[in-house]
Amino acid sequence: MSTVKTRRDVLGTNALRPDGAAKVKGEFSFSSDMWSDGMLWGATLRSPHPYARIVRIDTSPALAIDGVRAVLTAEDVPGVLTYGLIDQDQPVFAVDYVRYMGEPVAAVAADHPETCRRALAAIIVEYEVLTPLTDPELSLDTSTPAIHPNGNVFRHQRIVHGDTSVVGDVVVEGEYEIGMQDQAFLGLEAAMAIPDADGAGIELHIATQWLHEDQKQIAACLGLPIERVRLVLGGVGGAFGAREDISLQVHSCLLALTTKRPIKMQYSREESFFGHVHRHPARVHIRHHAKADGTIVKIEARMLFDGGAYASTSSAVLINGITHIQGPYRCPSAVVDGFAVRTNNPPCGAMRGFGVVQACYAHESQMDRLAEACGLSHVEIRLRNAMRTGDTLITGQPVESVAPVERCIRETDALPLPPPLIDSPDVLELPGGTGLTSRSENIRRGIGWGVSIKNIMYSEGFDDYSTARCTLQDGVVALKFATSEVGQGFVTLAPQIARSVLGVTDVVVEPMDTTIGSAGSTSASRQTWMSGGAVDGACRLVRERLFEHVGLANGIDALRLVIEDDEIVDTMGTLRIKVTDAAPGVRFEETFEHHHRPTEDLDENGQGNCHVAFAFVAHRAVVDVDVELGLVKVVQVATAQDIGRALNPLSVQGQLEGGIAQGLGLAVMEEVIVQDGRVRNPSFTDYLLPTALDAPEVVYSLIEEPDPQAPLGAKGVGEPPCISVTPAIASAIRQATGRDIRRVPVRPQDICL
Amino acid sequence: MTVHSPRTIDQAVTLLEKYPSAMILSGGTDFMVEVNFNHRKPSQVVSTRAIEELRQWNIDHDTNSIFIGAGVTYSTIESSDIAQAAPALAEASRTVGSPQIRAAGTMGGNLGTCSPAGDTLPVFAALDAKILLASNAGRREVSFADFMVGPKKNSLLAGEMVLGVSLPIIEGWQGYAKVGVRNAMVISIASACLVRNASDDSVRVALGSVGPTIIRARAAESWWLDQGAPRSSSEMHTEFGARCAAEASPITDHRSTAEYRRHAIKVLCTRLAARSTSR
Amino acid sequence: MSENQIYTLTVNGSQREVKDSWIGESLLYVLRERLGLPGAKGACEQGECGSCTVMMDGAAVCSCLVLAASAVDADIKTVEGLAPDGSLTDVQQSFINNGAVQCGFCTPGLIVAIHNLLDSQPNPSELEVREAISGNICRCTGYGRIFAAVQDVIEQRGATR
Ligand SMILES: Cc1cc2nc3c(=O)[nH]c(=O)nc-3n(C[C@H](O)[C@H](O)[C@H](O)COP(=O)(O)OP(=O)(O)OC[C@H]3O[C@@H](n4cnc5c(N)ncnc54)[C@H](O)[C@@H]3O)c2cc1C
Ligand code: FES
Ligand code: FES
Repeated sequence: MSTVKTRRDVLGTNALRPDGAAKVKGEFSFSSDMWSDGMLWGATLRSPHPYARIVRIDTSPALAIDGVRAVLTAEDVPGVLTYGLIDQDQPVFAVDYVRYMGEPVAAVAADHPETCRRALAAIIVEYEVLTPLTDPELSLDTSTPAIHPNGNVFRHQRIVHGDTSVVGDVVVEGEYEIGMQDQAFLGLEAAMAIPDADGAGIELHIATQWLHEDQKQIAACLGLPIERVRLVLGGVGGAFGAREDISLQVHSCLLALTTKRPIKMQYSREESFFGHVHRHPARVHIRHHAKADGTIVKIEARMLFDGGAYASTSSAVLINGITHIQGPYRCPSAVVDGFAVRTNNPPCGAMRGFGVVQACYAHESQMDRLAEACGLSHVEIRLRNAMRTGDTLITGQPVESVAPVERCIRETDALPLPPPLIDSPDVLELPGGTGLTSRSENIRRGIGWGVSIKNIMYSEGFDDYSTARCTLQDGVVALKFATSEVGQGFVTLAPQIARSVLGVTDVVVEPMDTTIGSAGSTSASRQTWMSGGAVDGACRLVRERLFEHVGLANGIDALRLVIEDDEIVDTMGTLRIKVTDAAPGVRFEETFEHHHRPTEDLDENGQGNCHVAFAFVAHRAVVDVDVELGLVKVVQVATAQDIGRALNPLSVQGQLEGGIAQGLGLAVMEEVIVQDGRVRNPSFTDYLLPTALDAPEVVYSLIEEPDPQAPLGAKGVGEPPCISVTPAIASAIRQATGRDIRRVPVRPQDICL
Repeated sequence: MTVHSPRTIDQAVTLLEKYPSAMILSGGTDFMVEVNFNHRKPSQVVSTRAIEELRQWNIDHDTNSIFIGAGVTYSTIESSDIAQAAPALAEASRTVGSPQIRAAGTMGGNLGTCSPAGDTLPVFAALDAKILLASNAGRREVSFADFMVGPKKNSLLAGEMVLGVSLPIIEGWQGYAKVGVRNAMVISIASACLVRNASDDSVRVALGSVGPTIIRARAAESWWLDQGAPRSSSEMHTEFGARCAAEASPITDHRSTAEYRRHAIKVLCTRLAARSTSR
Repeated sequence: MSENQIYTLTVNGSQREVKDSWIGESLLYVLRERLGLPGAKGACEQGECGSCTVMMDGAAVCSCLVLAASAVDADIKTVEGLAPDGSLTDVQQSFINNGAVQCGFCTPGLIVAIHNLLDSQPNPSELEVREAISGNICRCTGYGRIFAAVQDVIEQRGATR
């Protein structure tokens, strides 16, 4: 007989953020809010040229300025001169050449930001300006001179699968282009580097996605043993991929070690546009072969990703792009060629969706055309080809994940459409808003679809893992992990897990730092699965120890014990004891490393089980378009997402809505405009982000089919929301206007000229 | 840098005479961007915040004119009786930036900056506004056309400040429309103000963001008058729009293309013309 | 007032002396770096994000665009001054309850902007809410939970009126 008790905030509830109160009161400490006694300010000198040879650097005029404590260049880097997530080809400071506009050349430390600015202006750098390589097609041309010793091609990978001689009854073909998007997190890059008293080590407080990877790269550049470089997570104001690469980490540490003073560094918005990688612009040529009834029989594609000056994660982005080019559809045969190349454009790397955004825009645009060619509706063509669990991908990998693609489409389709546009709506509801450009008679409405498949976790044989420690004493749990909280809500989820496993209420999350093993990156939609798995594992081990203790104390087999609400209960007897009272004064502590199942490299034909798992989502967008002016208002986005299990439905909803807004940005307004290697719009005045008046109504349905592979049954939910919404909006614009739109973001002139 | 906070116009112009290189600070929404970005480091700043008189406005129905002080903010224009007397100015004000920008930003600052994308400027151009200027030597009035002389250039003399703007109250229809790629907080890539005078059915139209200064489409205006009444056919409006567009001289930059800007002017002016005759 | 002169601001009801500052500093900088009030955040320094929103003489403005030394006679209120120590305003509580906070960088500015809206317009329509916060960029939430949070406050306040 058990009485019903409620214990709040276990898995499945809308547990609230533990850092919420601090955040709403303005008391939460972001990395830009940090302060240290005796600190100096650091700043970076950047290249004004996309490509130039450094003839000479003279730092002495800067050093002569009162208040300037250090000026550093490549010569002052004690360890390896370059860093990078996959290939270490990016210089800490430019060596001999600058290869993109904004590349760091020197750094200064001074007593005031203003002194730093004067010092930067005083450094003399003589450049021999070279003609930049800015067209990625030219990077493939072997007659183009290499702009880096490693060559102009980061990676080429082919996929050849099935019967490549098959020809469809229907063939549709298109060339698509995706512009360069910026993550535009709100909290700018910032760090505080504090040198150890003995000068042989450093503590870095930093907003990052992956503490341990930073630590590894920093230590190598500083020439320090890894244990002398300690990282502590500073408050992170959003990430979206832009904090996966090194930005000011090494610079701030070097300045601190040189001056023996704490260094605060922080970027301005403009510098931030130069200081982190962007989403790869890409060109995709793709041909679908289908039977007359719309069944896809083969795809042929060529994908070209412009990786910019340095490698970052280009090679992995490329693999994601080509291995997802089939979309969430069955496809028995494929020939795909993918290239990620080097140019003198800004370096590109991780951003939410990681290569799949580009693939999805292309395959979904194609699905619309295929539907039209076969006389099917946009929904029918997708249902006809929808992938299912057990299908084989073009890499030969079987889809073992739960693959409810059909359900995603049907549930999205069943969501209510918005009411039709009324005759005289408030101007704010029309494209152009308060600009008073439109009246309802100028507007045409369109509905478009997008469906996507996204791998979750890392791929290609990477042994990815996450570590967590759980400590339990007198009913209070402390959790320790190095998982970066960037806003996604792992600090909410982890205590939910502990409460569910251990029957406790009070859970403390300890500071995230490198005193425990790696948690991997907060990216690839992986932390719920990976760090969630680690916390779950550690809590389960502690529970075993607790049961052993209680079993021993009460003379019963520990295997008979379970947790019910906040009590330990003997399933075969009468014992019932509160977790808080079960082991007074005894401390249980366990650490657990969660690894996912191994993956493989691709072979030369692009065959291999390279991904861990997949998540699916469908989007339906309704847009109003002022056809004459080419202005767009996204009215509504409907979505059904395959999430495995809603561990915190409110958090899931926040991820869905936030991702949709970012995908909307790429569809209609967000683009880093690069001309001849120069960024033209490095500010929020000209890089436009969706405002509250641009955000659509979002209606959604969560598809909960727990994935047996996933430790908590839940798939990551971070990336899918932003992927297929972009093509859905573009498709809706096509529907409204009849224009053949091949590129995102869709600009007014693409619609009306 | 020294910040002066005069309480009267006389005190202000005395300071401006004493410090000819002084910069005037009103709402700060342009000024502070320049300071924050190190583009400007004025040594002397004359803040108009404390000058009550600059925040006044007056609607005179006897002379059919409105005088608006340079320190009047956009949010005041939107929400006060100025909105009835000069609807196009209120519409233009509502499109400026965000609520925060409209709460701080002033009309005087828009004139001080004189950007071709300044949203009140096409309204001033279309209404043949008079700008009232003051210096220690006295006051003078210039037409808007003589005030704005280039992109971010006006004919203010050293030691001079804008006191305010006089606008006629015109019986008839007036409206403003602006194209930007976002539904809020966006700089215009093309804009137009059209004023239709009920007494003689003339129109005046001014174009923003499509030239080095605000452009009055005078040829289109006189073409309009040459057409017979009732001037309400959609063909006529389309033709009028095209004629306005022909007078624009837009450029291509990172915000848009010359071609699109010209096209947008055509559409906006066609629509404004149609709206002007639809009631 | 000249270079490095001391001046006094009225912030959250108390007089705060600003010493040793460069006179060209923005109110945002002075609040954060001189007065120990880091609640207002900077993400653009040019009025385009709203993270730095504070109330000045009853209007929500971007503190990055206010020359601090020119604000000596103004009544300034920051996010820190909205609720007494240890408590939360209804808007703050509603943000937490509705999942309107993710990374939280935009949050202080939004909280100020929303208080400002509801002070002058207790019963705004959804579009009025959207317009009122259209100068506050949030990159994480897509705004949906923020609208929900504001709606909750409107309803609660309506019920207790
Ligand atoms: C985020 C953002 C969005 C914006 N959006 C728009 C927009 O949509 N449309 C638009 O038109 N503008 C926009 N602006 C620009 C700006 O808000 C306007 O130009 C505003 O009118 C400036 O007024 P202010 O009072 O803030 O001027 P300040 O910044 O104080 O001054 C601007 C200039 O005018 C001079 N000045 C000020 N007052 C006087 C005076 N009385 N006499 C002589 N000179 C004077 C100053 O010396 C300075 O050169 C935007 C600005 C920002 C930051
Ligand atoms: S920092 Fe002030 S608006 Fe962005
Ligand atoms: S919660 Fe991150 S920017 Fe709004």
